[in-house]
Amino acid sequence: MEESFKVVKTDVLVIGAGGAGMRASIAVKDAGLDVVMVSKSLLGKAHTVMAEGGIAAALGNVDPQDNWTVHYGDIIEEGVYISNWKMAEICAKEAPDRVFELEDYGALFDRTPDGRILQRAFGAHTYRRLCHVGDRTGLEIIKTLEDQVLHRDIKFFDEMYITKVVVKDGKACGAIGIKMNTGEFHYFEAKSVIIATGGCGRVYKVTSNSWESTGDGLGLAYEAGAVLKDMEMIQFHPTGMVYPPGVKGLLITEAVRGEGGILLNSKGERYMLRYSPQKKELDARDVVARANYKEIQEGRGTEHGGVYLDITSKGADYIKHKLPAMYMQFMEFAGVDITKEKMEVAPTVHYQMGGIRVDAETGHSSLEGLFAAGEVASGLHGANRLGGNSLADILVFGRRAGEGAVAYAKKANETGADKKAIESEIARIRSFLKKDGKNPYEFIDRLTSAMSDHVGIVRTREELEKAITIIEQLKQEYREVGTLGSVRYNHGLLGCLELGNMLIAAEAITRAAIMREESRGAHARIDFPKKDKNWLKNIEISKSDKGMTFNVVPVQEMPAEYKKYAKPEEY
Amino acid sequence: MTDINLKIYRYNPEEESTGKFVEYKVPYVDGMVVLDAVRYVQEKIDPTLAIRWNCKAAKCGSCSAEINNKPSLMCKTRVDSIGNNISVAPMGAYPNIKDLVTDISVNWSILRKIPKFTPMEGMEKPWRIHPGDVERSKEFKKCIECFLCQDVCHVVREHTTNYFGPRHMVKAASMDMHPLDALDRSEFLDDEGGIGFCNITKCCQDVCPEHIHITDNAIIQEKERAADLKYDPIAMLIKRRKSRKEKVVK
Ligand SMILES: Cc1cc2nc3c(=O)[nH]c(=O)nc-3n(C[C@H](O)[C@H](O)[C@H](O)COP(=O)(O)OP(=O)(O)OC[C@H]3O[C@@H](n4cnc5c(N)ncnc54)[C@H](O)[C@@H]3O)c2cc1C
Ligand code: SF4
Ligand code: SF4
Ligand code: FES
Repeated sequence: MEESFKVVKTDVLVIGAGGAGMRASIAVKDAGLDVVMVSKSLLGKAHTVMAEGGIAAALGNVDPQDNWTVHYGDIIEEGVYISNWKMAEICAKEAPDRVFELEDYGALFDRTPDGRILQRAFGAHTYRRLCHVGDRTGLEIIKTLEDQVLHRDIKFFDEMYITKVVVKDGKACGAIGIKMNTGEFHYFEAKSVIIATGGCGRVYKVTSNSWESTGDGLGLAYEAGAVLKDMEMIQFHPTGMVYPPGVKGLLITEAVRGEGGILLNSKGERYMLRYSPQKKELDARDVVARANYKEIQEGRGTEHGGVYLDITSKGADYIKHKLPAMYMQFMEFAGVDITKEKMEVAPTVHYQMGGIRVDAETGHSSLEGLFAAGEVASGLHGANRLGGNSLADILVFGRRAGEGAVAYAKKANETGADKKAIESEIARIRSFLKKDGKNPYEFIDRLTSAMSDHVGIVRTREELEKAITIIEQLKQEYREVGTLGSVRYNHGLLGCLELGNMLIAAEAITRAAIMREESRGAHARIDFPKKDKNWLKNIEISKSDKGMTFNVVPVQEMPAEYKKYAKPEEY
Repeated sequence: MTDINLKIYRYNPEEESTGKFVEYKVPYVDGMVVLDAVRYVQEKIDPTLAIRWNCKAAKCGSCSAEINNKPSLMCKTRVDSIGNNISVAPMGAYPNIKDLVTDISVNWSILRKIPKFTPMEGMEKPWRIHPGDVERSKEFKKCIECFLCQDVCHVVREHTTNYFGPRHMVKAASMDMHPLDALDRSEFLDDEGGIGFCNITKCCQDVCPEHIHITDNAIIQEKERAADLKYDPIAMLIKRRKSRKEKVVK
C-alpha cells in the first residue's frame, strides 16, 4: 500500500523541546538557519519544567571564593574521574553566561540583599552555587525559553512523536514522526539532526521522571548507529516521596537539605553523621541515597518504608517562602504539613548520567550529521551528577549543539527523502495496530518492575542476570504487542513504540552494569564493593549484526595543569 | 472507600460525530488522584483512551479537565476529596481532538502577540535587583499554563470577543511587574487584548491550581493602569518611572 506522509524540509531538525532542545533551536535560528523543533509533549511541558532546586554556575555572589576551577574540580571529583574533562571545563566556564542570558530573556532569579543573583548550597558543591527561583527553577527556565521560541517565530510541531532517525550514506538526514492530534505521518528532511529527548527514568517503576522520559532518544540514536556510553550510571535521588502510592517516587528537591533539612531514622537518629561526618546531608547523591537505602534495609525505616526528612526547625514562614512548591506538594498529595511534620522519603530513580557519546565542543555524535545535547547526551557527569549541573548542562551544551549543527548543515548537501525507508517505517508503526495484540502497558510494567527489583541502587551479578533474563524474554515477545484504534492520539500505540526504546535503554544499563566489576559513583556492586583503578574507563555501546556490543575505552586524560583543580583520585 | 464509578467523556472524531460518557469501575487505592483512576482505565481497560499528562506532580499543566464539571488538574484532584462518583470531561473552551484531549494551540498565537520582556536601557551588568522587587512578578510567574482559567472564563468560552483571556493577562502582568522591564502593556491589553470585556467575576482565580490572584492582582491592576494612561498619560509615565528608579539598587 502506498503510504501518505507530509514532508517538512529544514536545515536543522531539533528533536525535543526541553531546556536543551529549546536552547539549541534558539542558537540555530540566531545563526540565520532554518530550524524545526519537535516534541512529544506540548510546548512548555517538557520534563525540564519539573526541575526545582536551581542551576549551578560559579558566579561567586554568595561565596566570592568560587570560580570555574572549583566548579570544574567538583564535577571531576563527583563524577569519580570518568567525566569528559573538556565538557567539565566548558560547563564550568560557560554556565555563568547562560544564567545571565536567561536574565536577559526575562527570567527573575531570587536575589541577595544587595541585589545580585542568590545562590544556595547543594550536595557536594564546594560553595553555595545554585541560582534559583524558589523551588521552581525549571518552570522559570522553560517559560522564559518558550517566550523566546515564540517571539523568534521558531517553527515547532508539538505532540509530534519521532519514531526513527533516517540515515543515508552513513549520515543522519532526517526523522520520521507521528503528529499525534491528526494521526498524520511526517518526514522531516534536514541537513543535521539534534537529539535532545531527555532521560530514561521511566524504565524504572519508582522514578521522579515525567511520562515522556522513556529514553526514546537513546533508541533513536542506537538504531541509527550512534555510540552510547556510561549507561550503567543511573542516579538515584536520595529523597523521593513514598506515600501515598500514587505519588511514590515523586521528587523532594535537594533544596530541602540545602536549606537545612536533616535526615532521621525511625529511632530519631541523625544517621548522616555516621555515614558522612563532614558533609552530612549534603554529601553527593549516591552517598546519601545509599545511606537512606541502608537505614531502610536494616529495619530503621518508617511505616511506609522510608526515612524522615525534617525541616520543621526552620519555621513556617521561612519554609513557605523558600520551598513553596514542596509545601504545597506535601499538603495536597499527602496531607502532611511540612512546617510541622516530618516528611517520609526514600531513594527514587532520577537521572541518567550516560547517553549518546558526543564531541565536547560541538555535541556531534559518532554518526555524521547527528548531534545530541542535554540529559540524553553523556560525558559531563561521569559516574555521578551534582544537583544543579543538569540545568547548566542543557543550556551550555544545548547552545553548543545548536551551533555545531549549524556549522555542519552549512557544509552538508541535501539528501532528499528516501521514500522506501519512510514507507517501511510507517509499515512498522502500523503493524502494532491489531486486534489481538498484547497490552503494551503490561510489558512496560514487567520491564520497569524488573529494573527496580534487580538493577537498583546496589547491584550484584546474580540480580543483574535476573533482569537480563526478563529483558530477553520481553524482547522475544515484543512482536506480539499491539493495540486497537488508529494512529491518531493513540496512547496504546505510543506505548508499543516507547517499549522498543525502553528495552534498548534497559538492556544497555543492565549489561554495562554487569561488565563494570567495581563500585564507582552511582554504580555500587555488592560483589565488587571497591573502586578499581583498572576501571578508569568508559563503557561504549553500539549496535552490530550480533546485537548490542560493548567496548571498554580508557578515560581521556586531562592536561597536567588541570589536575590541580581536582583532588588526585585515591584508591 | 469502595470502587470508583468513573464516567469519562469519550469521543473519536474518526468514528462518531458526537461524544458520550462511558462508565468504568476503578478500584480505589489510598491517596489516589483522579489521574490515577483515568490511567487505570487506559492501562487496564482501553489503551486507546486519549489523555494528556506528563509530570503527575501539578507542575506542567498538561492534565487539565473538567472534573465533576469543575475545571481542575487530574493529577492534583484527590479522589477522597470529591467522593466516588466522578465524571471527567475535556475542557469545553477548546476544540476536542479526541476523548479528553483538546486543541489549545490558539494560546501560542496569543502569546506571540504579547510584547516580550524588554529590559530598560543603559543598565549596568550584572543587573542588581532588590530582593523585595522580584516578589510581585513572581506570583504571575508561577503560572503553569494549564489554561483552566481560560476554560472557566465565560468571555473566552463565548468566542465572540477579542479577549485574550486570564492566562494572558497574567503573562503580561508578569512582565509589567518585572522590575527591569521598560514597557507598559496595559494599553495594548486594552486595545488589542480586549481586557475591557472581563467583568471581574473572579471565576478564573477560583480554579487556578497555582492560587494566582488573577483578577485581583493582574487584571484589575492592568485595567486601572490602562484607564490612568488614557486619562493622563504623562502623569502616569512619570509616576511609573519614579517608582522604578527607587526600587533599583545600584
Ligand atoms: C523532579 C526533578 C527535579 C530536578 N531538579 C533539577 C535541578 O534543580 N537542577 C538541575 O540541574 N537539574 C534538575 N533535574 C534534572 C533536569 O531537570 C533534567 O535533567 C533536564 O531538565 C533535562 O533537560 P533536557 O532538555 O535534556 O530534556 P527534557 O526536559 O526531558 O526534554 C525532552 C524533550 O524531548 C521530547 N521528546 C522525548 N522523546 C521524544 C520523541 N520520541 N519524539 C519527539 N520528542 C521527544 C520531549 O517531549 C521533551 O520536549 C531535575 C529532574 C527532576 C525529575
Ligand atoms: S474575572 Fe474576567 S477573566 Fe476571570 S473569569 Fe471573570 S471575566 Fe473571565
Ligand atoms: S493562571 Fe493559573 S489557571 Fe491560568 S493557566 Fe496559569 S496556572 Fe493555569
Ligand atoms: S500531569 Fe503535569 S500538571 Fe498534571
